[in-house]
Amino acid sequence: MQQVLEGSHAVSEAVRLARVQVISAYPITPQTHIMERLSEYCADGNMGARFLRVESEHSALAALIGASTSGVRTFTATSSQGLALMHELLHWASGARLPIVMAEVNRAMAPGWNIWADQTDSLAQRDTGWIQLYCEEGQEVLDTTIQSYRLAESVNLPVMVILDAFFLSHTFEPVDVPEQESVDRFLPPYQPKFQLDPENPCAFNQLAPPDVYMEMRYNIQSAMDYALDRFEEVEEEYFSIFGRRYQAVEPVQCEDAEIILVTSGTVTSTSRQVLADLRARGEKVGLLKVKLFRPFPVSLIRRLVSPASKVAVIDRNFSFGASGIFAQEVRAALCNLPGHPPVFGYVAGLGGRDVTTAIIEDIYWRTKNAGIPEQESFWVGISEVSHAIGHC
Amino acid sequence: MLEIRFHGRGGQGTVVATILLAKAFFQDGYYVQSFPLFGVERRGAPVEAYLRVDRGKILVRTNVYTPDHVVVLDPTLLEGVNIAFGLKPGGWILLNTHSTPSYLEAFRGYQVGLVDATRIALEYGLGTRTQPIVNTAVMGGLARVLGMPTVDAISKAIRDEVSSRPEANIKAAEKAHAEVTLLGLIDDRSNTSWRRSNLEDT
Repeated sequence: MQQVLEGSHAVSEAVRLARVQVISAYPITPQTHIMERLSEYCADGNMGARFLRVESEHSALAALIGASTSGVRTFTATSSQGLALMHELLHWASGARLPIVMAEVNRAMAPGWNIWADQTDSLAQRDTGWIQLYCEEGQEVLDTTIQSYRLAESVNLPVMVILDAFFLSHTFEPVDVPEQESVDRFLPPYQPKFQLDPENPCAFNQLAPPDVYMEMRYNIQSAMDYALDRFEEVEEEYFSIFGRRYQAVEPVQCEDAEIILVTSGTVTSTSRQVLADLRARGEKVGLLKVKLFRPFPVSLIRRLVSPASKVAVIDRNFSFGASGIFAQEVRAALCNLPGHPPVFGYVAGLGGRDVTTAIIEDIYWRTKNAGIPEQESFWVGISEVSHAIGHC
Repeated sequence: MLEIRFHGRGGQGTVVATILLAKAFFQDGYYVQSFPLFGVERRGAPVEAYLRVDRGKILVRTNVYTPDHVVVLDPTLLEGVNIAFGLKPGGWILLNTHSTPSYLEAFRGYQVGLVDATRIALEYGLGTRTQPIVNTAVMGGLARVLGMPTVDAISKAIRDEVSSRPEANIKAAEKAHAEVTLLGLIDDRSNTSWRRSNLEDT
């Protein structure tokens, strides 16, 4: 049934519907509303999950690694510094091949202390072996969270469902919350391929010397490759029941586009409006939404952007000493494609600064009026700053 | 698309007002989007929240810069916040106040509505004497100013979502809906002093 739901609560509803068995969390803004709602559900009997309150995010994920190894469906949520504190265990969860699902509410890293939207926290974890899915609206958050359990459990890798702070986590909008019976049809109970079992005692995650470690890493990459195909199948099955799908990479009017904007998260939604406005004025612009960031859908992106004459990537994140991270990945995907379009990198919206329709339109015109990118990253709408402090 | 900006103070229920109104508009068949301009504000600090209403799906996910209307839950905010910033010409400013403010001149070119939501909230025992919860009364006032959403939809939203004394909150919204004073467009012909005495009589 459609109801007006907060983005955070769209996650909570999905976790309830997925019949998650163990939830563990440590509070941090702006993730808090997700866990508040789930703790209410567990307390009042709407959910049968065991809710663990722990002393840190590090412990939150450690607890789930234990729970998931015992063969149950698990969930946690965090943001920013909390995710950074989990870093060691992010590697552990993927290395141990545990299908843990986490909601990650994108929040800027401190200092300066900042609770607002910025993707650098999750993108800084791109090498930890987690599948990463970026969402733009409440409905997508709900659907993606439910789908994530199917995906995680079929490839034995953990999944991060990622949503922007406030612009999504605290935004109320109509969301269709499916019936439990339909979700049960899509998502049967978790059948672990291995688990801690007193009847069949064994140890996990022992010493892996050089003669086996490399194969274990190769297996994780094989699972990532498999996840690309599985993602499409999972979406197809979800579509057959619920009539909604999102695609790993969604092209919007890219076929005849001269300039393609590449976006992720809520900037995509606003860009859809800008695209419609520019198209109405005869501009040949397209939009490519990157939802699946890990595994990165290289061949899809190559195919979809190669007909364009220019690509403009908008990054609400930054890798210091390099560039916006989506821009890096798009450049890397295209570099072996002869005659590929130039990639313009734009950095916008860090630390919750608003990415307005005017900013997105400005990015379009800058790209249109430029010949080739004159710098790796153009920081949009930035005030004059001095770099002198770096020389202190 | 209709964009409405709400100014209040932490603890008045400003954000909740936008959520309840979103639910009421949705009940009446509109697509909605509401969210706070989230700071690290605490009780008493100025807060801002937004409501977008449209017939079709709303794609824009940015703050509201050029609202069609503005709602002010606490008139003392007018001393520190430019509540008319970006407001479209002819847009409504709904003020929670017990008297016509002396600074109506500043709102030339806009339409002004007044509702004594604080008195109504106190009358129905919403919140405390020092911290009345004015949001539901303000919602009723806004529904009258805009001619939507319906009072039925507002009542339903309150009944579904407000756990503490929903019936008293519904009565407050209904009373504000009936009582709100619509001064209309503030222009050269506006006799604000007459309006003031007129309001004080009610």
